Amino acid sequence: MKIFGYRVPMMASLLLWGVLWEILGRLGVVFILPPLSDVLVAAVDLVQQPGWQSATVTTLRAFVIGLALAIGAGIPLGILMGRVRAADALLGMWVNIFSSAPLSALVPVLMILFGFGEATIIAAVFLFSVWIVVLDTRAGVRHITPSLIEMARSYGASPPALFGKVIFFAALPEILAGIRLGVIRGVKGVVIGQLLVAIVGYGALFEAFSRNFRMTQFWALTLMLFAFAIVVGALIERLETRVEFYAGERG
Amino acid sequence: MTSIQPDIEEVLPAGGASARRVARHGHGVVVRLVSIALFAAIWEIAGRIPVSFAFPTFSSTVAALFGLMADGSLFKAYLSTLQPLVLGVVLSTFIGVGVGTLCGLWRPGEWLLIPVFIVLQAAPVAAFIPLVTFVYGIGITAKTLAVMILALPVIVLNTYKAVRNVNASLLTMCRSFLGNKRQEIFKIVLPDASPVIFAGLRLGVAAGFVGVVLAELLITPTGIGDLITYHRSRAGYAEMYATIASIIALSTLTLVALQWLETQIFRPEKRGR
Amino acid sequence: MNIATAPIGLQAAADATDAIVAVRGVSKFYGAVEALRGIDLDFPRGQLTSLLGPSGCGKTTLLKIIAGLIRPDAGSITVDGRPVRAPGPERAFVFQDFALLPWATVERNVAFGLELRGMQRAERDRIARHYIGEVGLAGFEQKYPHELSGGMRQRVGLARALCVDADVLLLDEPFSAVDEQNRRKFQEDLIRLRATENKTFIFVTHSIEEAVYISDRIVLLSPRPGRVSRIIEPAIDRTGDPDAIRRDQGYLDTVEEIWQGLKQYVD
Repeated sequence: MKIFGYRVPMMASLLLWGVLWEILGRLGVVFILPPLSDVLVAAVDLVQQPGWQSATVTTLRAFVIGLALAIGAGIPLGILMGRVRAADALLGMWVNIFSSAPLSALVPVLMILFGFGEATIIAAVFLFSVWIVVLDTRAGVRHITPSLIEMARSYGASPPALFGKVIFFAALPEILAGIRLGVIRGVKGVVIGQLLVAIVGYGALFEAFSRNFRMTQFWALTLMLFAFAIVVGALIERLETRVEFYAGERG
Repeated sequence: MTSIQPDIEEVLPAGGASARRVARHGHGVVVRLVSIALFAAIWEIAGRIPVSFAFPTFSSTVAALFGLMADGSLFKAYLSTLQPLVLGVVLSTFIGVGVGTLCGLWRPGEWLLIPVFIVLQAAPVAAFIPLVTFVYGIGITAKTLAVMILALPVIVLNTYKAVRNVNASLLTMCRSFLGNKRQEIFKIVLPDASPVIFAGLRLGVAAGFVGVVLAELLITPTGIGDLITYHRSRAGYAEMYATIASIIALSTLTLVALQWLETQIFRPEKRGR
Repeated sequence: MNIATAPIGLQAAADATDAIVAVRGVSKFYGAVEALRGIDLDFPRGQLTSLLGPSGCGKTTLLKIIAGLIRPDAGSITVDGRPVRAPGPERAFVFQDFALLPWATVERNVAFGLELRGMQRAERDRIARHYIGEVGLAGFEQKYPHELSGGMRQRVGLARALCVDADVLLLDEPFSAVDEQNRRKFQEDLIRLRATENKTFIFVTHSIEEAVYISDRIVLLSPRPGRVSRIIEPAIDRTGDPDAIRRDQGYLDTVEEIWQGLKQYVD
């Protein structure tokens, strides 16, 4: 968009919203909305507290483990479904169902099976993020033009080499896209998991803040989470653009 | 600007599209049945091992499901749960399509609103749901809002993307035959954008289900959420699993139905897609 | 040699009285690239004039400026003496990529120009059906674009342009997305159409044979920047057998001469 002839990037409008937030907060329009400046101060303060630091470690650990499991299981499964028709026919239905189902309904089940601790959160992250990784990996593998595979075979590629040198890289743009979406869903998974379990990590903090109406800290935590999700998503997107140059040429 | 733009059309179409393709080949139905049977068998075995004391078998879950249907508790629960869901989705549809179209056609609107919705779609908005209860209490208003918080961004972004990417050649053609702005919007933009808008509505419904389940687990259990927590507290695990399976099944069936409706109305082959 | 060529100035003077479209001093820049420079042209009423040249010579740009779909950076266009800067009812455009509404039937597509004018349903369908027959698509009124071949889709575009009864028909490489056999057929049909419809045609093409086959007048444009290089009036008798034209000596000589002139611009 252009204002007075100067090109203004879209994300700049968020700054405008930030200013609006500040104004509304100072006017005290709604008590749950403190001024943005107060929230930012609370954030800086929060970061220095050991309680927050240990909660962050817990949350981050669960997130990373869950995501690693999802990627570790999701990519091979996606490749399997992409290459083997039978696997695709049998599993495709379930992957699609779980990819768009309200997975938070399953968190109570996880709570019973894994208890009220970190294991449940890891399971929640895995559950939320694995399906999209599978689907996008599968899509990437399906897009590979057959002649590429034939070429590798004709030059004597063994199955491990075929997968490692050709298939993985050919499908990489879609795999990265799947991971990016998996990250976003994983963050939702960790938040929902912790909100429902409410005694670990950020869930416990949210519970404490809201119970005691400490709104500035509540918003500070929320903003940090949002920022985390968006920043990691953007980083992966950067990675995707690095790989994109050959995405159009694959066939 | 793509820095944090998640894929707006997520991957649901794969299921529906392959459902269409497969349905044309008779054996596709058989494969589905085999798949379901396999799933049930694995579940049954896992329940019998048992994986955990709290893991009922497939058969006991099915029995519990029939039990819940018979005594009417499932029906009553859904009656309560579907209210905020339907209300929230309907409101999100009208508001979402309107806002998305506005942003697609009017640059200042796009600049102002789209970044907000992109953030809302990427961020874990579940964190907001407890906040909603502070202002709106624990009734149907809060739950409807929870549904809308999740469904609205998806619908807005899909509508916006569809309207922005209208076939430029058709717009030029309309101009060359002296069409005015109103004719352009109603005769070219909206018909061309409607398949993607409808796909967005479908994704909005999926998000709505997520929202209502979250609302019932996080705010106050009523309806389905109540049924789940009640049976959990009484260690009625089969009933609990049955309820959860039922909402996942309902969500899936609704989305499949919408996908079918989408192909019936919009006939993608007609549009050369 | 059956070619009549004239220096551009004399040409303009001779046709000044019956030029329906007059282009004066038109220039267009795309960023730093000069697409058109100082174009002065007249298009005689009732004739088919081709704009011919290699890619980059600005012929489509010029056509769209005449159509009012692009604004020139300098210069003016007058139609029937009146200056124009936007599309108008006296000009109709036929698109290279057909630009048909995929969700509408052939009948609705053909009638679309009339629909935008607010004409009543019954009346515009009547007119549409007439022209659907004229272009040889009778019987296909209820079909959808995806059910038609490329050639048939272009006929729909042509019928749509004929419906609005414009004085000037502007065709942007209308046959380039069509296969060779259909293309030849179209060229023959166009000659027949010219005889029945009392309109002026301005035709953009990059095919020399096509231009010589159908045109009363060929404007040769040279690229980088786009300028008028020559104007040629092939003197070919088109009243007889359409196939005979392609063996006519005058036709062959004209094609050869134009090719020799344009060869230097091939990359």
